[in-house]
Amino acid sequence: MGYTLNFNLIWRHFEKLWGGLLLSLELAVISIAIGIVIGLLLAVWYVSAGRLVRTAIAAYVEFIRNVPLILLVYLVFYGLPTVVDIAYSAQTSFIATLSLYSGAYLVEVFRSGLEAVPRGQLDAGKAIGLTPWQRLLHVRLPTMLRITLPALSNTFLSLFKDTSVASVISVPELTYGAQWINFNTFRIVEVYLVVTAMYLLTGYALLYALRLVERRFRAAH
Amino acid sequence: MLGQIAYALPFLAQGFAVTVWVSLLVVVLSLIAGVMMGVGLVYGPAPLRWAVRIFSDTIRGIPILVLIFFVYYGLPAVGIHLESFWAAVLALTLFKTAQVIEYLRGAVGSIPKGQSEAAMAIGLTFRQRLAYVIFPQAFRRFLPPWINGVTDAVKGSALVSLLGITDLMHAINQVIGRTYEAMPLYILGAVIYFVVNYALSLASRRLERRFSFIRE
Amino acid sequence: MSIPPPANPALLDISDVSKSFGTVEVLRSVSLQVTRGEVVTVIGPSGSGKTTLLRCVNFLESYDSGSIRIDGKEVGFRDTGTRQRRSERDLAKMRAETGMVFQSFNLFPHLTAAGNIMLGLRKVRGKSSTEARAIAEHWLGRVGLAHKADSLPAELSGGQQQRVGIARAVAMEPKILLLDEITSALDPELVGEVLEVVRSLAEDGMTMVMVTHEMAFARDASSRIIFMADGGVSAAGPPAEILGTEIDNERLRSFLARFRASHF
Repeated sequence: MGYTLNFNLIWRHFEKLWGGLLLSLELAVISIAIGIVIGLLLAVWYVSAGRLVRTAIAAYVEFIRNVPLILLVYLVFYGLPTVVDIAYSAQTSFIATLSLYSGAYLVEVFRSGLEAVPRGQLDAGKAIGLTPWQRLLHVRLPTMLRITLPALSNTFLSLFKDTSVASVISVPELTYGAQWINFNTFRIVEVYLVVTAMYLLTGYALLYALRLVERRFRAAH
Repeated sequence: MLGQIAYALPFLAQGFAVTVWVSLLVVVLSLIAGVMMGVGLVYGPAPLRWAVRIFSDTIRGIPILVLIFFVYYGLPAVGIHLESFWAAVLALTLFKTAQVIEYLRGAVGSIPKGQSEAAMAIGLTFRQRLAYVIFPQAFRRFLPPWINGVTDAVKGSALVSLLGITDLMHAINQVIGRTYEAMPLYILGAVIYFVVNYALSLASRRLERRFSFIRE
Repeated sequence: MSIPPPANPALLDISDVSKSFGTVEVLRSVSLQVTRGEVVTVIGPSGSGKTTLLRCVNFLESYDSGSIRIDGKEVGFRDTGTRQRRSERDLAKMRAETGMVFQSFNLFPHLTAAGNIMLGLRKVRGKSSTEARAIAEHWLGRVGLAHKADSLPAELSGGQQQRVGIARAVAMEPKILLLDEITSALDPELVGEVLEVVRSLAEDGMTMVMVTHEMAFARDASSRIIFMADGGVSAAGPPAEILGTEIDNERLRSFLARFRASHF
């Protein structure tokens, strides 16, 4: 025992943590934005496509969901450049990985959302003479979005936590900042206490904000 | 290239065995801890309920990686020395326990109040109600998500490679360090993880169908 | 002043029971005595406290004041006269003295029809598995479901499920059977088979308190009808009197008039 808490060194290097937190948020936001595009396109394609396309999309989803994120991160950052001739930074590489990763989870979210839109609404759309595209754009997607909003928030929150894996390829996000302070100051307990608090406060603040948005959205419809 | 990888297979198999062993320990330990704490959360007195709620919400609110580093680097600082293997198992167990708590709460919470009342009405005591009416029903709702969640333990176990434990993930990186065959080895690793986890999620889906209260 | 004990002590003695949910008073000093073999029907508009009263009798709900006694024993509180809740074990024992049949059946979905009946017999009454099975089969026969002993609830119709619910309650040999709107969740064509079972139990002398909207059945089967309104007993008497046209109770009259308008 005999460990006395001393936060001075943590505060001195706090910009590492603060900058890390902002980068974590940035990574999560960019990745979910790209992930939403991937998820939406594939989900819409899935529900209207034939067997072959469905199998291909399902394979992508199942593959990503059943492989550890850290392995995907390594694969894209260290593996891919050995077979294709492109160069990218660790940060770009991580964003690409996390986008593909969230895309796979969001295909499932959006697909079940699309299938949960009541038949009657689509029939009503047909009855007033909307074309299939108009039905998708004006009836199916808005309803689906309302249904899937909570799942979307949850996906974003877990992506925010998943950004910590970026530290393994030295992207200077929050967990990386924690390790830097850990190895350079040895104020181990303090730094992880502070970082835990930062993840928790940010996570629950986001959760609260997203629930507010959801309620707004529900009330508006 | 293939020759080099074939040469490394026994080493990868050892790593895979460690992955399985870590996952198994985590799954069993978290099941025990999670069910006990989950029952505390649903039926316990207020202070216990609060303690479990705070535990679960804290653990689920931080990345597993932070949890692993916190336990691994933090415990020695306060005088508790664990081998890296056991520190990793402890951290992953904490993470998984929080999940089990939520599965249990969900399973018990989904049973209609009328079931408890009917059990009360025929004169069963609290323990009897749990043992003969609530748990048998909750069990069927608990099992499919729990089995599905075992994949989270397997996937999470890949993070223990960062503590220098030679699990499958670490073994792959070590072989790559010697052979420079990054892509084939990462793909091989992905396939192995995929096969294990996909089998688990298929099992969970089958159980879900089997466990509806209608006989086929 | 000493009060001599009544000649025919009530099996169920509800006296001066009040209960509130928050600021809403759902029972206002309700008193009701039921003697052995009586069939008492409680009617009244929704929100009048009928179901709450029934649930208080086997202490699924607690009550704020007054007393509810079965065979002279207070149901939820200790005999010391204080309002100290009974222990979990004692409460379970008291609850086993009353049988309850629920509106939504509440059969245990993981147990067969026979299993539903056997659970209480084995765990509360301490019967062996063979004894319990024999009793379960006897009662399933009584409700016309001998052939469904090994069916799961999900494999039974609503009417069949409710008959199992009744068998589960009476197999425990309760002193009183409480029936809480037991046909309300049933399709109209299934109501008859359930009421038939209740009628045959009444003929056997089973003491019953039931809440129901089946007025015709209430008139034929009950010895007394209680009309509740706003948490209190507003009128009580034999069916012919309560459901007759000469009754001098404005609330009851308008309840019955509205009821007839919507049901006949």
